[in-house]
Amino acid sequence: MEHVNWIHNIPFFSIFLAMFCGIITPLIKNGRTAHKVHALMVLIVAIMSVILLVNVTTTGESFTFMMGHFPAPWGNELRAGPLEAMMAVIFSVVMLLTTTGGQEFIFHDVVPEKQSFYFIMLNALFGSMLALAYTNDIFTAYVFIEILTIASCALIMAKGTAQSMVGTTHYLVISLLGSGTILLGISILYSITGHLLFPQMKEAIVELVATGQYTFPLLVVTGFVFIGLAIKSALFPFHSMLPGAYQAAVPTSSGVLSGLVLKSYIFLAIKLIYSVFSVDVMLQLKIIDILFVFGLAGMVMGSVYAMRETRMKRMLAYSSVAQIGYIYMGIGMATRIAMVAACFHILAHAVTKSMLFLCCGQMVEDSGGKEQIYYLRGAGRRNPLAGIGFTVGALSMVGVPLFVGFISKLYFATASVYAPGKMAAVLIVLGISMILNAMYFLPSVIAIWTPVKAEGEEQASVSVSPAFGVCIILFVLINIALGIYYRPFIEIIERGIILLQ
Amino acid sequence: MSHLLINYYEAASVILFGIGFMNLLLQNNLIKKFIGLNIMDTAVYLFLAAKGYITGRAAPILSNGIIDADYYINPVPAGLVLTGIVVSVSITAFSLALVQRLYKHYGTLNMDEIMRLSREREGE
Repeated sequence: MEHVNWIHNIPFFSIFLAMFCGIITPLIKNGRTAHKVHALMVLIVAIMSVILLVNVTTTGESFTFMMGHFPAPWGNELRAGPLEAMMAVIFSVVMLLTTTGGQEFIFHDVVPEKQSFYFIMLNALFGSMLALAYTNDIFTAYVFIEILTIASCALIMAKGTAQSMVGTTHYLVISLLGSGTILLGISILYSITGHLLFPQMKEAIVELVATGQYTFPLLVVTGFVFIGLAIKSALFPFHSMLPGAYQAAVPTSSGVLSGLVLKSYIFLAIKLIYSVFSVDVMLQLKIIDILFVFGLAGMVMGSVYAMRETRMKRMLAYSSVAQIGYIYMGIGMATRIAMVAACFHILAHAVTKSMLFLCCGQMVEDSGGKEQIYYLRGAGRRNPLAGIGFTVGALSMVGVPLFVGFISKLYFATASVYAPGKMAAVLIVLGISMILNAMYFLPSVIAIWTPVKAEGEEQASVSVSPAFGVCIILFVLINIALGIYYRPFIEIIERGIILLQ
Repeated sequence: MSHLLINYYEAASVILFGIGFMNLLLQNNLIKKFIGLNIMDTAVYLFLAAKGYITGRAAPILSNGIIDADYYINPVPAGLVLTGIVVSVSITAFSLALVQRLYKHYGTLNMDEIMRLSREREGE
């Protein structure tokens, strides 16, 4: 019997703390106080997650945490290894920087009496993302998927404008189609395996495949679960909910939703592939090839849509579609190195896209609320910090060396060599997609630095809040640091994936 | 075909799921859309309840002092259905609140109409 290690309580305590803050926030009337409580909570979770990450990487082991008093086949479990701990660190750090840097957007766009409600949703969202990262039980995952859906919809409609309500309706309907599909998949899976915990389900599935029983139901289940998760994470043909929602939402919400919420569904998919369905079964059932094809299509089509877009937030939303495509392409290659690349891209995109949305929101605000790229000319000169943040983010998304986006693309290209029969497709689409990325990001970067001299009047530089400045500087530094010192993170991810299998 | 007849509960629930799914996806009237959502979720509960039932056994409530598990049906699906109901009630509440606000703003429940009005106002 191993001794009880207090570090093993961190996963449960992080989720509990986030949910508890969500419960006590309605008692706080003042939005700014609610924000402070939220930031403190995320900071505590970030510190705990870093401790957990250091601990699990030094011991090199993963552990399961029993919830309540019922042991394995019946009870509910959390599981934490290097990969889960790293996701928790990413979620908490990016969340902290995005909500702190973007707090002025919240206080500006949301009516004062509802600001504290915004933070309830933010806390619930954070708690459910952590739960999705740590859970070892498929029905718990479903419940938190639904909480995440409600919280994200509430964050989109927080602005209260007609446009945001329409965006929310669209997002809600598509999300619900996804979660309904996942629920049916989970129910059938439960009825053919008889378990809800990941390790027991995996055993049952391996046995079913070995004995050739329930082959067709298993195929249907895998299809339902992964297509459901693909719908929720806005993989290419199911992406239509993103642009309207992100355009209408508070920039902070867009940053959190695009950078983190979509990623938590993808991370759940990766966890399910390894700890429930196992890669061999996934390859045998061909579902993973469908994800691969959708991923490739998304990489090209997302960029094509983004090129046609004249409004910057919608352009960023379509760019997210393309980046989600990259991640699914990595998952679709189904080799370990490709999965490492996919996980690293989750990190890269989370760090970059949140910053891009914040900077874009700031520049739009500086330019009198007009978001067409035409009106954003010179925005970088009016607000150099937002301009620099946007430029760094754009270069990182295009894949310029020294920035984090380059590393994941490098790893995707390397991974393709080891994926039999998929190499040509990956390299060609990767090349096309990167050129397309450059074709829509670089003109907008040039536009924001173009001086506007038509009026003849001196463009006064606008003041930025210190929090925004500090957070953008931190985002830029993290971006460059990850672009240079990426090895340790790659090793952590690789270790985590090995432990997950 | 014979499989469908033997598992008629499951077959019915999957058909209902399909009806609900298509309703949620394609229905223009927002209220009917979210009724579709409820049909979809309820279909899954029917599936779970049917799967949890074992012919000839009692509900999993301790009765007559019998603690032998073979006497009772599987209680886990019932727990899942309960959890699912809670989830779908909250989602429905949220959706209906949203529909109410949309109706107040646009004066219609037709999604196409709302999209058209929203595009027009954005263009102004």
